[in-house]
Amino acid sequence: MSRHQYSGDALIEVLHTAQELFGFLSRPLLKTIAQKLRLPPSRVLGVATFYHFFSLEPKGEHRFVVCIGTACYVAGALGLIENLERRCTKAGQTTPDGKVSVETARCIGSCGLAPAVIYDGTVLARVKPEMLDLELNKIGVK
Amino acid sequence: MTAEELTEKQAEEVARQQGLKNRILCCTAAGCISCGADSVRHALAAELESRGPGGNVEVCGTGCMGMCGRGPLVYDSADHQLYGNLTAGDARALLSENDSDRQGLASRSIDLQSPFFARQYKIVLANSGRVDPEKLTDYIAVGGYQSLAKALEEMTPRDVVEEVKRSGLRGRGGAGYPTGLKWELVAKQIQPTKYVVCNADEGDPGAFMDRSVLEGDPHRVLEGMAIAGYAVGAQQGYIYVRGEYGLAIQRLQTAIKQAEREHLLGTRILEQGFQFRIDLRIGAGAFVCGEETALIASIEGKRGQPRQRPPYPPASGLWGAPTLINNVETFANIPPIIERGGDWFAGIGTAGSKGTKVFALAGKIANTGLIEVPMGATLREILFEIGGGIPDHKFKAAQTGGPSGGCIPEQFLDIPVDYESLAKIGSIMGSGGLIVMDETSCMVDVARFFMEFCMDESCGKCIPCRAGTVQMHDILHRITTGAASEDDLEMLKSLSDLLRDTSLCGLGQTAPNPVVSTLRYFPEEYAAHIRDKRCPAGHCHITPQTEEVPA
Repeated sequence: MSRHQYSGDALIEVLHTAQELFGFLSRPLLKTIAQKLRLPPSRVLGVATFYHFFSLEPKGEHRFVVCIGTACYVAGALGLIENLERRCTKAGQTTPDGKVSVETARCIGSCGLAPAVIYDGTVLARVKPEMLDLELNKIGVK
Repeated sequence: MTAEELTEKQAEEVARQQGLKNRILCCTAAGCISCGADSVRHALAAELESRGPGGNVEVCGTGCMGMCGRGPLVYDSADHQLYGNLTAGDARALLSENDSDRQGLASRSIDLQSPFFARQYKIVLANSGRVDPEKLTDYIAVGGYQSLAKALEEMTPRDVVEEVKRSGLRGRGGAGYPTGLKWELVAKQIQPTKYVVCNADEGDPGAFMDRSVLEGDPHRVLEGMAIAGYAVGAQQGYIYVRGEYGLAIQRLQTAIKQAEREHLLGTRILEQGFQFRIDLRIGAGAFVCGEETALIASIEGKRGQPRQRPPYPPASGLWGAPTLINNVETFANIPPIIERGGDWFAGIGTAGSKGTKVFALAGKIANTGLIEVPMGATLREILFEIGGGIPDHKFKAAQTGGPSGGCIPEQFLDIPVDYESLAKIGSIMGSGGLIVMDETSCMVDVARFFMEFCMDESCGKCIPCRAGTVQMHDILHRITTGAASEDDLEMLKSLSDLLRDTSLCGLGQTAPNPVVSTLRYFPEEYAAHIRDKRCPAGHCHITPQTEEVPA
């Protein structure tokens, strides 16, 4: 925060850094940010909930982000989500044991490789449901 | 660095590169990296090291080479060959001079004379795939920052604006506003503080042109912005880039640091009086932030909600100061325009649309990837000659402009692709995403998909967009599940008009476009879903409904 001179304009940058450090934005964390930047807590919460990138809930140990941009959609991204939902949890949620989060993204810009899935930060190209099964088996999801 | 030193450095680097026996270029754009380009590059580097010094061969990473569907790609400068589908195991063969070792590569050689390469005309992507985006000297070797030097030394800000006006360049973000006019508007403002903003919040699903430019040639965009800063009298620039584009962000940060160190950005640029700083602002995943007033709000650290226009950003933008907002591709066009003149640029393209356009080909097409063609090329040329046609099935429609655009059916394959012609048939140029659909894609479902997108991305500030997109999505959902009636179709049409006429910003105004264009060109598909309860493409799951029998 000091890098941005505690300026309220830098709220989004601060939130980015905070999420990187803590994994997600907890309520107490948002409150601290509001105090430090001298912004009303409502404004901080408003911004944090407006953008898809910020998460107010903790994420799972492993993350599957399925791209549902147009190219991936016509290439069968829905089948991948169905597979993940069947084996793990609904899209946008984390399994109760905190092992896997299933998320969706609005186009990650890898349309040439559709359908694409970001698995723990690595882009998997031309994904088939069986490939996801393989990864899920590796991390021991039943 | 002064302009003379810049020229010296260029000559030095060119001489060094010519002295090399071979330069092996590995595509390290996001597309190739996700299919293993890093391991190929590391294997090449390791192989090179094991051969010891004195080989006079260099291995470098470059930006996107275009044929993303065949990655990882490697270009061998000695025998002018491009190889695709490589693995780390091919490193030895690639570095070998022995023909028998190289035999295994022959089958994966990609013909550079094929229409995919031969029919393209590269201005924006000229350096992409040729220079190492992480090395400033590579960019300088191909004449980088010479346009900035020319602008600062030989031209007044007024001359620069005139040159851009003469080029006929129009905004590449989609709407096509003449760039020169926009620059003039900002230049005319008398306030001392002005800003230049580069819109790199490429949100359209199916578009990855801007990302590829930023990843493959970041210095080009910085140079374009600095020239813009000089022309309009701004000293501060921002690049608003999507948070999803990690690699682009990282390369931009590197590029900005390198340029500042060499006095190509920052204070005393090229040892002259002009100063211009560029900072990055990372987006946080909101499609509406591509809208200029929402983008401004987001840079200011607020919720990305658009506001009423006018006043337009050239009059009152970032923190109330005059602000020039252009797209990545627009800025990337500026250095060549300054270098070769506006007249040269105006000689390419059609009467109303000058220059070239970068398209991202995706969907049901043989050659997925990144291409650049002169304005006015026909869709048939783009899809069937460059794109290699549609494998297995028959062409049905091409979608341009993302959720704000429309679907172009087969009968319009021969119209020239420029701003006017696309608008005439109910689509837009958009930022350049081109998604091809074949007969297995259901057009009603495509319309529903885009409406769902707009519904999720609506910022919620104005009611037509917030409530209208939900209503329209409901109806489209009913149609795709076979539960809709003829009345629903009428309602859909009237909602389309309402959203277009009364929404606050471009998102709501253009949200009905995919619906309107599919209704216009594929009415029979809607009819089949509603009347016959079946999906002609066999895509939608329609559960047969039992007729209600009155008691």
